Amino acid sequence: MSDGISRADVAHLANLARIDLSDAELDRLTPELTVILESVAQVAAIASADVPPTSHAVPLSNVFREDVVTPGLTPEQALAGAPAVEQQRFAVPRILGEDA
Amino acid sequence: MSTIRLSAAEIAEKLAAGEVSSAEVTQDHLDRIAAVDGDVNAFLALDGEGALETARDVDARRAAGETLHPLAGVPIAVKDVVATEGIVTTAGSRILEGWVPPYDAFLTRRLRAAGLPILGKTNMDEFAMGSSTEHSAYGPTHNPWDLDRIPGGSGGGSAAAVGAYEAPLAIGTDTGGSIRQPAAVTGTVGVKPTYGGVSRYGLIALASSLDQAGPVTRSVLDAALLHELIGGHDPLDSTSIDAPVPPVVEAARRADVSGLRIGIVRELGGEGYQAGVRARFDEAVTLLTKAGAEIVEVSCPSFEYALSTYYLILPAEASSNLAKFDAMRYGLRVGPHGVADPSAEQVMAATREAGFGDEVKRRIIIGTYALSSGYYDAYYGSAQKVRTLIAQDFARAFEQVDVLISPTSPTTAFRLGSKLDDPMSMYLQDVATIPANLAGIPGLSLPVGVAEEDGLPVGLQVLAPAMADDRLYNVGAALERLLLEQWGAPLLSKAPELATKEATK
Repeated sequence: MSDGISRADVAHLANLARIDLSDAELDRLTPELTVILESVAQVAAIASADVPPTSHAVPLSNVFREDVVTPGLTPEQALAGAPAVEQQRFAVPRILGEDA
Repeated sequence: MSTIRLSAAEIAEKLAAGEVSSAEVTQDHLDRIAAVDGDVNAFLALDGEGALETARDVDARRAAGETLHPLAGVPIAVKDVVATEGIVTTAGSRILEGWVPPYDAFLTRRLRAAGLPILGKTNMDEFAMGSSTEHSAYGPTHNPWDLDRIPGGSGGGSAAAVGAYEAPLAIGTDTGGSIRQPAAVTGTVGVKPTYGGVSRYGLIALASSLDQAGPVTRSVLDAALLHELIGGHDPLDSTSIDAPVPPVVEAARRADVSGLRIGIVRELGGEGYQAGVRARFDEAVTLLTKAGAEIVEVSCPSFEYALSTYYLILPAEASSNLAKFDAMRYGLRVGPHGVADPSAEQVMAATREAGFGDEVKRRIIIGTYALSSGYYDAYYGSAQKVRTLIAQDFARAFEQVDVLISPTSPTTAFRLGSKLDDPMSMYLQDVATIPANLAGIPGLSLPVGVAEEDGLPVGLQVLAPAMADDRLYNVGAALERLLLEQWGAPLLSKAPELATKEATK
């Protein structure tokens, strides 16, 4: 895992994260990410199998509330920040690929 | 006489005594903002009309004999990561440019209910990723002590606003040091409460297991007063602690360290810390000893790995949290260049490319990598284990001592632009503040003087066990009083005067 991260890896990860990186950005980010990842990889060295993982600072079990109706946003409020709205709904680009 | 140099507690007293009105106090601060913020750039949005309306309403209610909250009428600035209904909220990002939240964060509701006029929203690194505000999409904030230097980050806007007398109080959020490090480099006070002590409802999430909102002020007592107001249980945040707020105000007024055991963390100091930072820290230790505290050196060996742990856990959580910026329901939407009838995924990718800055992209990609199959165990899984080791180090240390202290930040404020090309060196700014976030414990930073070599403020950090936030205020206020006796005036009075522009009314 110390073999670093390649330009193709960064392009793949950016695609997974839905960020359309330019070629110039890939060139710049790849060495920066390599340095960061090499530096943080040291955590594996001291994380032995017998250490339990911590996901949360303050352990909590399930937190429930009463199942009662509480006021929420009106449709107008919920849609107020939308890039496009149609018939009181979020209007989105087509969700299927061209070959679908 | 302008009220801008008074503490929040002093303003509150004068308001209660009828010596000054909230409308006057609020106008004083709006005038100050108009005069200096062109240079400081602490604010991303102002709501002068809304603030004055709140102020006049408080004045009328006070005149009618209504019982008000002690801070009613004291104006406040709010970090731009906090949702404020009707006031633009961007988290310093292009992707949320112009977004007006349809609801208030829990803490915004508390501020409004108590009658604090909200002056505006403060600048920050984009989505709170950074230690300098240079990652803000709207230009950096400048340190009031030296406009060529960083005000810290991510909450540099809140710290600079308070440090430049543009607001007596501000709200910050602290995921790895974003309240405490800006406080240290601007000579102000900042507190990260125990994780879960202040509701996260309505904060734009960075790393949900680390994020915590808290007060940014010029005095320890002011921080306690604000902490008491915004703290407490909120059913809308399932990680909110269902227990009373620790007695922080009482502790700030007690300010007595005699008989207290104070631990110095061996790993948070020494090499890598600027000489002037170490000198001021050592002097503060001497003062605490003279005041009757017992100083003990403690070792927290796993802290060496805290920075690495943080830079895996934070990007992992952030990459997941920021997936909601998908160009569909709010925020920016741009189509890919030269594509007729693009798909939703293409629009998403083009929007995130255009809307996110470099640091956000870096961290999303690191987080995506750390969570991906084949790497999860080595990176994210290991980081979660080291998180356990760090919490265990704290637990052992707090068996020996009541509080821990360290320098807040290894250096004073560096020059704008000097670390932008070197992300790792920027990350090192938070080496002393990050362990508290990983373990969920509270931390406070207060000014302890200026470094000899550059004349810039140095901060000292106090850490306490979870839910013992009151200890921070007791120790912080005691040290603040000892230092004030020495200095004769608050440290901020030594900052150079800012050039002022004539307010245009």
